[in-house]
Amino acid sequence: MSTVSPEATPGSPETPSVERTYAAYSRPFWQRVVLSREFAVIALLVAAIVFSRSQVEYFDGPQTMYYLFRDSASVLLLALPMTAIIITGEIDLSVASIVGLTSVSFGMLHDDVGLSATIAALLAIGVGVVCGAFNGFLIAYVGLPSIAVTIGTLALFRGIGAGLLGTESRTDFPEGWTDWAKDRIVEGQPYPMVLIPFVVLAIAFALLIHFSSFGRGIFEIGQNDEAAHFTGVDVARTKAILFVLSGAVAGFVGIYLTLVSGVARAENATGLELSVIAAVLLGGVSIFGGRGALHGVLAGVLLIGVIQRAMLLNGQTINVINIVIGVLLVLSVMSTSLLAASRRVLAASRGARSSGGPSRSAGKRLLS
Amino acid sequence: MSAATPSRDGSSLGAAVGALLKSREVAVAVVLVLLIAATTLKSDAFLFSSTGWRDLLLTPSMLVLLAVGQTAVIITRNVDLSVGSTLGLTAYLTGRLFIDTSLPIILVVLAAVLMGAVLGLVNGVLVAWGRVPALVITLGTMYIYRGAFLTWAGSDRINAGDMPRAFRDLGTDSILGIPVLTIVAVVVLAAVGYYLHTARGGREFYAIGSDPDAAHLYGLRISRRIMAAFVLSGALAGLAGAVSAARFGTVSSSVGTGIEFEAVGAAVIGGVAIFGGSGTVWGAALGAFLLVTINRSLPVLGISDFWQQAVVGALIVGAITLDRVLVRRQEKKLVAARDDAGSSHAGPPTREPVVATTAPGSPGASAPGDTSSPTDPQEGTR
Amino acid sequence: MKIHNRRLAGLAAVALAASMALTACGSDSDGGEGASGDGGGTYTFIPKNLGNPYFDTSNAGGEKAIGEFGGEYEQVGPATGDDPAGQVTYINTATQQGRSALIVSANDPDALCDAIGEAMDADIPVVTYDADTNPDCRDIFVSQADAAGIAQAQVDLIADQIGDSGEIAFLSAAANATNQNEWIDLMTAEFEANHPDITVVDTVYGDDDDQKSFDATAALLQTHPDLAGIISPTTVGIAAAARYLSTSDAKGEVKLTGLGTPNQMREYVEDGTVDAFALWNPADLGYLAAYTANALATGEIEGEGDSFTAGDLGDYTVGADNVVLLGDPFVFDADNIGDFDF
Repeated sequence: MSTVSPEATPGSPETPSVERTYAAYSRPFWQRVVLSREFAVIALLVAAIVFSRSQVEYFDGPQTMYYLFRDSASVLLLALPMTAIIITGEIDLSVASIVGLTSVSFGMLHDDVGLSATIAALLAIGVGVVCGAFNGFLIAYVGLPSIAVTIGTLALFRGIGAGLLGTESRTDFPEGWTDWAKDRIVEGQPYPMVLIPFVVLAIAFALLIHFSSFGRGIFEIGQNDEAAHFTGVDVARTKAILFVLSGAVAGFVGIYLTLVSGVARAENATGLELSVIAAVLLGGVSIFGGRGALHGVLAGVLLIGVIQRAMLLNGQTINVINIVIGVLLVLSVMSTSLLAASRRVLAASRGARSSGGPSRSAGKRLLS
Repeated sequence: MSAATPSRDGSSLGAAVGALLKSREVAVAVVLVLLIAATTLKSDAFLFSSTGWRDLLLTPSMLVLLAVGQTAVIITRNVDLSVGSTLGLTAYLTGRLFIDTSLPIILVVLAAVLMGAVLGLVNGVLVAWGRVPALVITLGTMYIYRGAFLTWAGSDRINAGDMPRAFRDLGTDSILGIPVLTIVAVVVLAAVGYYLHTARGGREFYAIGSDPDAAHLYGLRISRRIMAAFVLSGALAGLAGAVSAARFGTVSSSVGTGIEFEAVGAAVIGGVAIFGGSGTVWGAALGAFLLVTINRSLPVLGISDFWQQAVVGALIVGAITLDRVLVRRQEKKLVAARDDAGSSHAGPPTREPVVATTAPGSPGASAPGDTSSPTDPQEGTR
Repeated sequence: MKIHNRRLAGLAAVALAASMALTACGSDSDGGEGASGDGGGTYTFIPKNLGNPYFDTSNAGGEKAIGEFGGEYEQVGPATGDDPAGQVTYINTATQQGRSALIVSANDPDALCDAIGEAMDADIPVVTYDADTNPDCRDIFVSQADAAGIAQAQVDLIADQIGDSGEIAFLSAAANATNQNEWIDLMTAEFEANHPDITVVDTVYGDDDDQKSFDATAALLQTHPDLAGIISPTTVGIAAAARYLSTSDAKGEVKLTGLGTPNQMREYVEDGTVDAFALWNPADLGYLAAYTANALATGEIEGEGDSFTAGDLGDYTVGADNVVLLGDPFVFDADNIGDFDF
């Protein structure tokens, strides 16, 4: 069992009770919150911000946080459904291509077909939903491996966008809309408008993943989908829904990116899927599925954003930044393995002591 | 484990068409031939001019090398997303060595292969001993290698004049009408194909990919084999880097970007199961050949080359869907055969035990889906 | 991929990960600490992409000019030539850093406008060079030569090489590249008006990427077996096309001209693949752009009609649409190419 069961997330009023023998409750509440992978990422994020503010010139300037949020918004949004998908043990490599395709759809529906921006936006999100449903159908109902399907649709969706628009672009969007994408919620504060829909979606996804029976199904599927099936989780439907959600959010991001850059192009967001996945994994979601939490992921996205901004301001090129992100990603996943290995050694040397030990020890306690 | 040992498909009613469809290699080859025929009908220069003939064979050589390496990795139930960055790094190394040293061509190429192998070894060590999924590790090293390449190269680029004429001629020369680079790719393909098909180590790749736990219980040295697969993939990416430098005569900062997905796509189209244990390098090489040829044919056929990516994507999705349909059919047949045989036949491959060993936490594991890799009947016939 | 569920890392993970990230951050900040000076001011060049020899040459000219008037030179940019989003990031960053001026070659006429607008709101002058944005986005565009002159030079070259009749095609950079499209339109019009026997059969795009341009040339020859000539008004494209032609059957049969740099093209002019091609001096372009930015930053010029002195190049006047014009293009051929090294 995962330690970050839905009940273990902060904000849960549950207190440890003596009778409980589950691993998740073998430690006090504060320990479960603080000694988690997610908290480590959050601590890192805070450390990175504090460090950058004191050491990096211009980082404490008024624009930094605004650009940080504006540039990270797409990854933040896409990370929401991606988290759920990776927790089920699947993956969606096609999100950035859906973003590109919806950007093209939005631009062409508005500029070429002449629909109003509102209808074009709705239809573009519809395109995203259809793309997601296509993925979901093949993965959940035909039973194809998601990595293969979405590598295919990565090329397919991007290719349709490129086929429709070539390397042309569409730039004629209503002022009000493009302004909205760049406006701040409160003038003078570093919070761009896009944070409003993001926060709404983030809360919705947090409820969905961590505080609903559907969400518990997501974790169960990730741990063992056969077992999940036998406990009454509709595995196929759950997966299909998640991919549709991923498509819908990607559609929204496609419109947002189009408006914020003012240009609808087929190349929009090329390669973004890797940033999203890197951030989700950095945020503590297990690629094997079954483990992860949304607050860690969001901290992971912002951590990458802060490092990027700080290094840009420091005059580093994107190349060096990519090296740092790559190293961070490898080390963060390795750290789990290294710790597990060192814990095995420790556990072997001092027997099965229960404090914070792996679930195996909890099992032993249960037996004794 | 039965999948790891070749066994003939016993079905006697397999008509010629059925057998043809079941052999992915043949199916891809047929599509390829049809495509070339159609394109040649439209413009006979596509095949019958000496440049057309040369390009037809030459252009896929780079992707064939990558697809062969990728296949070895995928068969062990891993994936290597870092090959594009490795290719870029080694292509730059090739040019750099020609500028800074006066090493003979063969040593420079060997250095590129060696560097690729070292980069592959890093992946292999992290994956095999770090016990971390290859997808994550190679995603990380993809960023790292690309960043290292761009930082090293700076705004430098290798121009045609920086490399000796003899080396660049390798990129276009032919022996008996076959381009040199194509010969290189075919030799590598044959060597790796032979190894995977017959050698003990090669069969262990399949065993590991079919069922890692069973392979472990059986006493196979999993870490070593997985590392070997990554070293092979890296070394071939290194060779592809040298090939790219020879063929294009320049090394720019974007060389190799995105080619990792093409390599995986080529393998998948060629019938290599993404969860390991099944598929051949022949299929992957044909898949690579097909992908590249589609790119070159579409403009001749009058389809805007902007659509080529969509066609490639549709092909990948179509290929894996076809696989699934065929496997389902095969499963039904096997079940029917078992039922006919009655109780005398003890342990036919039923679904449940297989699922139990593969399902926990395997990315993308889905109840009916995962039976395909361990019991995939296709692998045996190849 | 071993299949196991892994336990969460505890406090040790916090410590390990924190030390990791801090070392990562710490090591990178050492180098950049003193990057932004206080005195002369930093002039930031943002080319279409880094690792492009054309921009290396032009920005070296810019660096020389900045050295002359005592500023600091900086060059940042995306890795690929079709990435306006990457350019936006660098423009935003430079705005935050309060650079003295930005000198940009635009990857897209529209996509950069907001970012440039934010820079100009922060009193940072923005000069475009090589490729312009929409004229109302930026302060001044330093043009390498007026479009008509560039188009005319290339039309004359190809018409001369193919005997004024036959099929020709364009190998362009990105389909969005403002300058490419303008030149191609002008050239097409010129062919229609004054060269009735020359037909333009195709325009293909290599995205200023060697490999793409190389493959696009191959495809072009396949698609149009009767092709007589190719015009590639981009330095990356013409070099890739020349490389392809030099080893193909079409060498010498299909004529190639366009805009290229002597160092990239020397080999192909000498082996007969290419007869002649045109270009302005990119180093002068960067040099002029830097002086223009300096004149704006010091308030010496504001817009149309104002004059300034650009170091060794002499006096220039800002023309209509706030454009500063470098001069006419220069034709390189086998006789003179040995005299140039850029």
